[in-house]
Amino acid sequence: MTTGSAQLTAANFRSGINPDWCPGCGDFGVLNSLQRACAELGLQPHQILTVSGIGCSSNLPGYINAYGAHTLHGRSLAVATGAKLANHDLTDVATRGDGDGYGIGGNHFTHTARRNIDITYIVMNNQIYGLTTGQISPTSRLGMKTKSTPFGNVETPLNPLTQAIMNGATYVARAYSGDIRHTTALIRGAIEHKGFALVDVFSPCVTFNLDNSHDFFKQRVSKLEEQGHDPRDWKAACERAMEWGDTINIGLFFQGDDIETLGQREPVLEKGGPIAHRDLAVTDEQREKIVRRMM
Amino acid sequence: MAGSFDFALAIGGEAGQGIATPGNILTRLFIRRGLYFNAYNAYQSIVRGGHIFLTVRISDAPVYTHGDKLDLLLCLNQDTMDRHLGLMGEGTRAIFNSDSINPGNPRQGVELCPIPVGQVSGSRNRLVQNTIAVGATCALLQLDFGILQGSLEARFARQGQSVVDENVGVARAGYEYAQQNFTPYPLALPETDRPQAQWMGNEAIAMGAAAAGVKFYAAYPMSPSTGVLHWMAQNARDLGIMVRQVEDEIGVANMVMGAAHAGARAMCSTSGGGFALMTEAVGAASMMEIPVVMVDVQRAGPSTGVPTKTEQGDLWQTLGASQGDFPRLIVAPTSALDAFHTIPEMFNLVDHYQCPGLVLSDLLISEGTFSVDPDDIDMSPEINRGKIITEAGTGNGYQRYKDTEDGISPRAIPGTEGYVHVVATDEHDEDGGLISDEYTNPYKRRAMVEKRARKLNDALDRVPAPALVGPADADVTLIGWGSTQGAIKEAIEQLAADGVTANHLQIKWIVPFHADVVTGIVNAAKKPIIVENNYSGQFYRYLRSETGLTIDSHIRKYDGEPFMPHHIANGAREILAGTADVFVPYQEVNV
Repeated sequence: MTTGSAQLTAANFRSGINPDWCPGCGDFGVLNSLQRACAELGLQPHQILTVSGIGCSSNLPGYINAYGAHTLHGRSLAVATGAKLANHDLTDVATRGDGDGYGIGGNHFTHTARRNIDITYIVMNNQIYGLTTGQISPTSRLGMKTKSTPFGNVETPLNPLTQAIMNGATYVARAYSGDIRHTTALIRGAIEHKGFALVDVFSPCVTFNLDNSHDFFKQRVSKLEEQGHDPRDWKAACERAMEWGDTINIGLFFQGDDIETLGQREPVLEKGGPIAHRDLAVTDEQREKIVRRMM
Repeated sequence: MAGSFDFALAIGGEAGQGIATPGNILTRLFIRRGLYFNAYNAYQSIVRGGHIFLTVRISDAPVYTHGDKLDLLLCLNQDTMDRHLGLMGEGTRAIFNSDSINPGNPRQGVELCPIPVGQVSGSRNRLVQNTIAVGATCALLQLDFGILQGSLEARFARQGQSVVDENVGVARAGYEYAQQNFTPYPLALPETDRPQAQWMGNEAIAMGAAAAGVKFYAAYPMSPSTGVLHWMAQNARDLGIMVRQVEDEIGVANMVMGAAHAGARAMCSTSGGGFALMTEAVGAASMMEIPVVMVDVQRAGPSTGVPTKTEQGDLWQTLGASQGDFPRLIVAPTSALDAFHTIPEMFNLVDHYQCPGLVLSDLLISEGTFSVDPDDIDMSPEINRGKIITEAGTGNGYQRYKDTEDGISPRAIPGTEGYVHVVATDEHDEDGGLISDEYTNPYKRRAMVEKRARKLNDALDRVPAPALVGPADADVTLIGWGSTQGAIKEAIEQLAADGVTANHLQIKWIVPFHADVVTGIVNAAKKPIIVENNYSGQFYRYLRSETGLTIDSHIRKYDGEPFMPHHIANGAREILAGTADVFVPYQEVNV
């Protein structure tokens, strides 16, 4: 329970462990933005559960002062869903990379989006497998040369934004981790949003993806907020999410405010508080009802 | 030992002919009269067609299997008649619709009971033959028609008076026709003064979970485990249980782990194929020290295998589930009632040891239907959540994986102020910080492996040792594990009738395993025989690995059907006669 704790700063959300990311890694900006967003929202560390998978970016829970679960490769959304349903008072933030989230964990991405469960999903998208020293990811560009595609990638990359919108996510944003202020605002909006919120963050891998570098993004990103885009217009959101070229859109593509979350639709959560805190005993009345049906 | 009344009937037909309804009407009627029953439904993975064969064995004393023989055959189609009439013996009856079924040639002493259903019922509805057959069955068992009428009224009340009247009318026609034309059984259906209840094994597992305080249940439908999901879904709102059907078993296991991490008691059930997908999470639960219970309802494998048939083929799958070397608990309940009691027991253990607990059921237990004494349904078992921190505090240097003397580290639940920490599937230090990547550390790694392993050092004290049942100097010691309990028990009764004495050792706890106790029993046995429902002797190989014992005599079955008691008795006789070392019984009933 919160005991009148003081407003914290981003620095209070540092865990004290120095990230083992390469110097210049885009993930620093994501961590920094998440810490700022938590501070701006007045959250306390114990109210937050970060859940990650495996990969460079999935080490994030170790670097933020919050409850964390560093789970299996690809499974953070499933673990985060279980935790959120067991204790819906938690601010549940799943953080991971593109290989983890869109590749091996792709099935959970689809289904978690359609459930519209109140989870913030931050994907540090560097368009490469970094920890395994440089192979294509589901978001690597066509033609990209990596150790697993020495002659060029022949598979079309997936579009996480249109996928999320089509699958039922109700907050879909893209950020560039080099712009911490903008990334912070989008993450903050995602945490505040009631429902499944994807923040896909361009988080350049400075070691294994020289195609999609900080310079690449700095020259191309363009904020939707400055283009008069209405995030309530899902068709426009899809169109804007399909654009990719000399200009790459970042910002809030889609937000649906009036769509019930899984927690709101689930009668078991209507009363009685988080199920993790409930009394475990079966009452005599409940038992009688069960046994009567068996006779 | 079955009571003075020991009667088995079977209803056969194809999927879609509504076999479950007459089966349910009859079993409800039996339990209201205080009778015990054990029902096994041999079925196939098909929605229409095929051959379904429901055997119900009834007694005025507890019955542990569906038995060896039939007294009454109810044929709903020609195929049932063709497959089963030849197995009916003296004194039995076969009821069938003579409008559409030809009986063939019965053995001597079998009374054919043809009913011209169209004429008797005055109806062309094909399903009336089921109700006619129920009416005729009650007449042959010399049951007062009013009792059946009461059952039918209760069963169809919700569908309105006209449906009740129609069913009662048809049943009465069948009842009266049988009274006038067929010979009743010499023993009338008895009655005791204690009405029973009935459940399927999967319901017993689900109820055990509810009693244990499970508040989160997830599953992906998979035969023969789906009944657990159905019960949970049906009762979720009354009991405040979060029940989710998930996209795949990988999601199931990880969701359950997430819920358990957040402090809920959480469980999932599946069959071997689904469990294969869950296995990475088994190791994750062990590494992160999150208590979860996973139920594997075994079916005949490998791969898709035979989805509707039974086997004890997943023992090594659970022993080896997930990469690495880590502690886990494994239990194989011996009956539906035992499974009901085992689930809360397992939850107390996994909460205490903060590790995964695996439960091995199988189709025989999970999809069998059994009578149960309502007084045995204790939904208030002891609940012990182990070393858990849920109250806000200062933390004071809290370490989630503190290297304690017994290896068990107090577990703070996320959301608790003052105990912020990270759990990790990577190897980690006492505070949860990774020691897997940047600076690996052999000393800390060794300490953490030992800490986790040490937790189970006293586990044997917390689970009962298996006990030998029967005379110590018996000619034969039959050793089984899990669901074979009932068949072995009845096989021993059959052997006794032949003057062969046998005793019985049934193993329930696989991990931890009472190796010393088992070694003592086996060494003192004159002729130990291991009975198991698989080809390669999975339990025997495990027994040997844990005890170094060599046992030469085995009874194994791997045709998809469960043991019938006589299969085991025959095997013991052949082994004693020296004509077999590994006896594989012939499954006479082709279902």
